[in-house]
Amino acid sequence: MVTESAVTAAASVAPTLEPLNAATGIFAWIWLLIALPLAGAVVLLTTGRWTNRFGHLIGVATVVISAALAIAMLVEMMGRSAEDRAFEQTLYSWVFAGQFTVDVAFQLDQLSIVFVLLITIVGSLIHIYSIGYMAEDPDRRRFFGFLNLFVAAMLLLVLADNFLLLYVGWEGVGLASFLLIGFWQYKPSAAAAAKKAFVINRVGDVGLSLAIMLMFVTFGSVTFESVFSSAGEASDSTLTWIGLLLLLAAAGKSAQFPLQAWLLDAMEGPTPVSALIHAATMVTAGVYLIVRSNAIYDRTVFAATTVLVIGVITMIIGAIIGSAKDDIKKALAGSTMSQIGYMVLAAGLGPVGYVFAIFHLLTHGVFKANLFLSAGSVMHAMNNGVDMRRFGALRTVMLITFGAFTFGYLAIMGIPPFSGFYSKDKIIHAAFEQNTIAGIAAVLAAGITGFYMTRMFTMTFLGKARWDDEAHPHESPPVMTIPLIVLGLGSLGLGAALVYWGDIVSWLTPVTGYESKPIAIPTTVLELITLAIVLIGVAIAVLIYARSVPIEPPQKVSVLTIAARNNLYDDATNDIVAVRPTWYAARFLVWFDNRVVDGAVNASAAFVGGASGRLRRIQNGFTRSYALVMVIGVIVVLGALALVGLS
Amino acid sequence: MNPENYIILAGVLFTIGSIGVLVRRNAIVVFMSIELMLNAANLAFVSFARINGNLDGQIVAFFVMVVAAAEVVVGLAIIVTVFRSRRSASIDEPNLLKY
Repeated sequence: MVTESAVTAAASVAPTLEPLNAATGIFAWIWLLIALPLAGAVVLLTTGRWTNRFGHLIGVATVVISAALAIAMLVEMMGRSAEDRAFEQTLYSWVFAGQFTVDVAFQLDQLSIVFVLLITIVGSLIHIYSIGYMAEDPDRRRFFGFLNLFVAAMLLLVLADNFLLLYVGWEGVGLASFLLIGFWQYKPSAAAAAKKAFVINRVGDVGLSLAIMLMFVTFGSVTFESVFSSAGEASDSTLTWIGLLLLLAAAGKSAQFPLQAWLLDAMEGPTPVSALIHAATMVTAGVYLIVRSNAIYDRTVFAATTVLVIGVITMIIGAIIGSAKDDIKKALAGSTMSQIGYMVLAAGLGPVGYVFAIFHLLTHGVFKANLFLSAGSVMHAMNNGVDMRRFGALRTVMLITFGAFTFGYLAIMGIPPFSGFYSKDKIIHAAFEQNTIAGIAAVLAAGITGFYMTRMFTMTFLGKARWDDEAHPHESPPVMTIPLIVLGLGSLGLGAALVYWGDIVSWLTPVTGYESKPIAIPTTVLELITLAIVLIGVAIAVLIYARSVPIEPPQKVSVLTIAARNNLYDDATNDIVAVRPTWYAARFLVWFDNRVVDGAVNASAAFVGGASGRLRRIQNGFTRSYALVMVIGVIVVLGALALVGLS
Repeated sequence: MNPENYIILAGVLFTIGSIGVLVRRNAIVVFMSIELMLNAANLAFVSFARINGNLDGQIVAFFVMVVAAAEVVVGLAIIVTVFRSRRSASIDEPNLLKY
């Protein structure tokens, strides 16, 4: 079915660390990619009411222009030879503290340009969609300001040429995520969800800051060039620690186990936010970090294996959680968690998988944005309802949304010729090349994906209508459906395009390296087995949900279902592991401060008071007792003098 | 004649005087005991002057006598004043300067 790419089996290509070209010509405008959305954000957030009427147009314009610029840069890059595609642009010297110097500088190479394209193109579509989705919201201008801020920070993250500037972008997207999840801050659940996302992200950020510190201590610099070129000289334990710390950061940002609890709550934000941040871009920043640091992970088996294990675990638990959620957005969030697990799994496989992690990241960005925006369109039609048990038969009223969702649905399940088929099957193939258990887990997760996506599809679009009395579903306006159509076409064709028209493997190999090993069974057989397992998942879902869906969630369900409805008890686990001990420690310290520290101070004061109370009874007012004391004193002094005189 | 005996006598007189200060309750008797102590000191000074063969001790005895006289004046004035207000010459009586 799928022909192998130009690199034949059992081949291995190491990443080339060629020197970066200076940014000239069109690449002199790299900084503009970030500056435009940033300026848009500043304008929209500082001008207040004056830009309310046309603010959204400014927001859309900045991202669209950045997208056009990025496409121009891609065309220019494609015209050059493979060794000549990396560019570096320094803006100014930022940190100069003795030996530690960091510049604000950008690096545009094959890896960053694909991210830039994903962010700006999908971002533009989501911006356009938001014009319609947020049309009745009085804070629409502020929404676009935050969206632009997010795009600027994310672009900074992928264009930075050193880890510290990447960290700035990292924090920026975390901030934008907080602002956007809690956009409707008058809703207590949204405010709490924003706080939860930020705090859990922060735990991961500790990993990134420690990794940066470790890099500076080991290599003397934090730029990608110096770290990756001297990675071979560092000790094994240092590299392992850096790898694990970077994994901690990636787990926080990409909602991987054990820092995944925030992603489902993040669905409190408006749907375009879920589509852009929590499906296509921010949550993929972790995968970017790992793939960018491939020089480190190639040299430490322990850290790479940990990445693999985390990916496998998250892939499975995301799928299980997504299967039990009745809220359409939460089900899609579980799906996102699982698909990013696929990407992290691929990144943990080493050179066999880096390219496919990014490939799946790109296709997933498109089809997941598609799915989320379709869900938003459905919610828009159903009065912002999210309970799938109240949907049903929406194919009859919303044809374009139904079509787009179907394309996304087929893509995520990996049905050929949709995009997901190419990227997912490549990951499964790579998993079997490196680690059979990971491969089996990936195939299993594909089956569960088939199940939960079909469940979602059936409950929402097929079957009988289970609508509320007030719901009058209708198709969304063109400003919302046109991005859906574009993303739907992307879900159909992006995968094939990146294999046959522009080969993603040869594009990314100079940055990540590529290796290909033979596997026990032929590729086509593996693809057929995967497809069969997916279809089994589909069949089970059809059997359960096609005929009738109860409006109230059934209570007599298996233990696993109850656990999945409770997000596999991640909140309870976080509570026991982190929240309670901290709370108890704080209480203990308060007790210690009150009783022991204050007690010591108070006790010494009481002692002095008590002693003085007793001592002052010597002053009893009797002259003769004073005279006696004087006589005793004289005798003591004379005795002392006699002793001294004698000695 | 042994001048050292006079030293011993001075010491005995001093001890009697100090015991008198500590034991007796009447203020006048306490003063008399103080005078006894001062005179014991005078005796000691003069005896030492005799032992050392110079007149330094006798000159200091003059000083002591002057000081004792002045002190008696002041002290008796205080006792008379206290007696006038309290009608008692006991030194245990005025004990208000206490904790």
